[in-house]
Amino acid sequence: MSLLLIILFPLLGAVLPTIAIRWGRNASAGSAAGVAIIPLALLFLDAPQVFAGKIVQAGWDWVPAIGLNLTFRLDGLGFLFALLILGIGLLVILYARYYLAERDPVGRFYAFLLLFMAAMLGIVLSDNLLLLLVFWELTSLSSFLLIGYWKHHADARQGARMALAITGGGGLALLAGVLLLGHIVGSFELPVILRSRELIQGSPLYLPMLVLILLGAFTKSAQFPFHFWLPHAMAAPTPVSAYLHSATMVKAGVFLLARLYPVLSGSDAWFYLVSGTGLVTLVFAAYVAMFKHDLKGLLAYSTISHLGLIMLLFGLSTPLAAVAGVFHIINHATFKASLFMAAGIIDHESGSRDMRRLNGLWKYMPHTAALAMVAAASMAGVPLFNGFLSKEMFFTEALELHQAGTLWWIVPAAATVAGVFAVAYSLRFIHDVFFNGEPVDLPRTPHEPPRWMKVPVEILVVLCLLVGIFPAYTVAPLLDVAAGSVLGGPLPEFDLAIWHGFTFPLLMSVMALTGGVLVYFALQYRFNLHMIVQSPSPGRRFYNRALARLAGLSVAITGGLQNGSLQSYLALLVAVTLLAGVFPFWQLGWHSGGRPLGMMDGVSGVAWLLLVVSAVCTVIWHRRRLLALIFVGVIGLVVSLIFVRFSAPDLALTQILVEVVSIILLLLALYLLPQTTPRESSVARRMRDAGLAVAAGLGTGGLVWAVLTRPQNTISSFFLEQSVPGGGGSNVVNVILVDFRGFDTFGEIIVLSIAALGIYAMISGLRVERPALDPAGRPWAAGGHPLLLRVASRILLPLALMVSVYLFLRGHNEPGGGFIAGLVTAVALIMQYLASGIAWTEARLRLDHQRMLAIGVLIAGLTGVASWLFGAPFLTSAFAHLHLPVLGELPLTSAMMFDLGVYLTVVATTMLMLVTLGKIGARENA
Amino acid sequence: MELLVASAIGVLVACGVYLLLRGRTFPVVLGLTLLSYGVNVFIFVMGRLQSGTPPIIKTGAAGYADPLPQALVLTAIVIGFGMTAFVLALAVRARSALGNDHVDGVERSGPERVR
Repeated sequence: MSLLLIILFPLLGAVLPTIAIRWGRNASAGSAAGVAIIPLALLFLDAPQVFAGKIVQAGWDWVPAIGLNLTFRLDGLGFLFALLILGIGLLVILYARYYLAERDPVGRFYAFLLLFMAAMLGIVLSDNLLLLLVFWELTSLSSFLLIGYWKHHADARQGARMALAITGGGGLALLAGVLLLGHIVGSFELPVILRSRELIQGSPLYLPMLVLILLGAFTKSAQFPFHFWLPHAMAAPTPVSAYLHSATMVKAGVFLLARLYPVLSGSDAWFYLVSGTGLVTLVFAAYVAMFKHDLKGLLAYSTISHLGLIMLLFGLSTPLAAVAGVFHIINHATFKASLFMAAGIIDHESGSRDMRRLNGLWKYMPHTAALAMVAAASMAGVPLFNGFLSKEMFFTEALELHQAGTLWWIVPAAATVAGVFAVAYSLRFIHDVFFNGEPVDLPRTPHEPPRWMKVPVEILVVLCLLVGIFPAYTVAPLLDVAAGSVLGGPLPEFDLAIWHGFTFPLLMSVMALTGGVLVYFALQYRFNLHMIVQSPSPGRRFYNRALARLAGLSVAITGGLQNGSLQSYLALLVAVTLLAGVFPFWQLGWHSGGRPLGMMDGVSGVAWLLLVVSAVCTVIWHRRRLLALIFVGVIGLVVSLIFVRFSAPDLALTQILVEVVSIILLLLALYLLPQTTPRESSVARRMRDAGLAVAAGLGTGGLVWAVLTRPQNTISSFFLEQSVPGGGGSNVVNVILVDFRGFDTFGEIIVLSIAALGIYAMISGLRVERPALDPAGRPWAAGGHPLLLRVASRILLPLALMVSVYLFLRGHNEPGGGFIAGLVTAVALIMQYLASGIAWTEARLRLDHQRMLAIGVLIAGLTGVASWLFGAPFLTSAFAHLHLPVLGELPLTSAMMFDLGVYLTVVATTMLMLVTLGKIGARENA
Repeated sequence: MELLVASAIGVLVACGVYLLLRGRTFPVVLGLTLLSYGVNVFIFVMGRLQSGTPPIIKTGAAGYADPLPQALVLTAIVIGFGMTAFVLALAVRARSALGNDHVDGVERSGPERVR
């Protein structure tokens, strides 16, 4: 439980700083610190178990069907990373309080930071690889927000986008790799995976899986050639850089390799890919770092280089190299975080990060200078500082390498060269900023920062020194448990001491130190370092070009498909549907089944002829709209006859009623639209449409024929058997609608209501130009409403209403029900509008359709809710049969209440639709 | 009988699709109406053609037509009406806002505009 809380606190607590900002920046920072300190305390509560060598685990099912579970583990590696994330996170929270300017939205900053913290904690504590991936993507997203925090800066936005594109793309590769890994092992749970080394390395999928996972890790950890996003991410506020690029974001890739080290490492592919990439990155980035004039640029490339070093160590696949890798993770986190903070202080107090202008700051900020010097010495690998220890271990391992054969010298040589560069750029960081003459044209006069801004740096620097001088008393236990869980086995013998005697690694350190000093001063004084300007990296150029091309491609595709013409969309849609339909026809073949056919009779033949002729006539005369509408009406009637013919009385009733209201509706609309359609399609277009239409018709007809000639396999026997005992009604269709599938019906009346309200919103208050003459050039009839119709409709109204009540009541047992009764009522009411006009009818019929609609939906919904009161699920029905003296047996079901809701909704929506449309025409009459 | 039904559905779908691809709102609405007739009957006859056997439970009934497709189609008819009404309202509104009833909102004067 506590593991979940460690993640949940920063995740949910991320909102607190945005609320607390109302009470000032201190409150906001304080709340963020509080949210981060609780998980740290929880972490320490679990520490005894971790240091006893146990793995703390907790888990819940999430989506077990795909193997995604909320399982968490806390082992030595997870503990180390969680400690770094939370510890450095707290220091960054304190530091940022003083770094951010008055006008920066501080609450949002802390919210993003905590979100990112939670995502990182999720990565290091996940016990399920899919879960890890979820958090992995969350770090990409939250780091996007952090890098782009100063969203008014174009380079911040671009840097954020680049980081997201690269790490997000790597995340996709990682997803594929993890899926392959899960496929090989059969589980995404780490305990299972970590036990399956032989299975994984023996699998033919090992290589593709490894490459994909490494792509994820390399992009995240900014390895060559994906490194270029990291320098651009320096557009972020410095606290973000200090956090993301020391202890967290970029370490996620390294963490992943450490996590999977027991099962992935040791193969040749792993060795060459990981140590090769690491080696190139190590040397290349260290070289580039020397020439960066921007303080943070130098630190960025140094970070890339150090990550390469850690990669290289893991790639070497010896136990001691892995220990050195873990050790360097700790050391790099401490000295790099403090260096970034120091760079931030310099930037903050002098207004510049350009080393060509920053000179001689020692006079102005000696305290900060001293702190920076310690951290830089650690970065350079000077003895007595922590960086020296892990670097010495690295040199030792570089020499121990036997896998490379006759090329054994490459790694030690490269390590020494990289060491030379590292000393050179560390020296530059100190010498160029704090000495080397006087400041050049700085925006501000530099001075020491506020007291509390230095505290985080001081803490980190003290750690660098303590670890560097007394490694055995400080870092050793933590290193033991962390390295132990990376190796997944016994630890190798190693000695965390400063002095190992006069050894070859020591010689390499001495060479690096002297070489670095020489290289720096040679560059500074012989080659005029300040004048050297580097061209932007080819990686970035490639990225920009690829992005531009991708955007161009999508614009072309979108422009081609989304050309703004509904006709071509629909044609494309029909064509694609046809293709999708043709495929199974073509693959499985098409043939008739053997079911005995029904006999054709004369009436059906006539109806068929009527339908086909009317449909064809609709198409032929579709330009003469009124005529086409009449044919459509005929088709509707024939369709309802089809329902009568094939035992569907409810459908026939519904169809004929809907036909009536539809035709009235179409007539109303036609009154407001042109009466004819111009001929504007080209012959080719019409031929194409006809081809599509005929193909669609043949396909559908062929499909129907194939189905109808085959025997049926239906689930309907359940409904037929359960209708009376389970639903209390013998009209199975109605029982299905209001009982078995009541939830669907509930959804449908809501859709209907939305359509009606949408129409009301669209049309209400609309004024349209109305033709003064009818299409034949005659004025509209002025005489009002015909007397006969008026009288007849008024007499019919009560009768029609009674019929609808009758249909409603019997609906559960005989054809009828809420839908049909509602439509009958609506037709009867609309007849009044047609016969006597809107004004006359509305004066007498005071129906608020919208309120009625709401009541209908509410009744239906409350009927469903009522079943909760009896402890049953939503819309469970109950029924009883009531005997009344005169009326006889009256079936009473809860479904009837539901049907009443349906009835009211149908009446209200139909009326609302028709009256709304009808009023447009009427408005100008008045 | 099956052939009649299958061909009728085919004709409805074909005519519906053709009208659906026209350029003015009203024919498109008519096309939608025809298409939904076709689709409704299509779903309905998936329960096969049975005469004189409505799905109403009675003692001594010879058999029952499949009630499930009927229930599906019943709501489909009503929803189809709602959709038709909505599209019509949209067409009226579009014409009032755009001054024409072309589905793209723009009258494209083709070469065959003049008859």
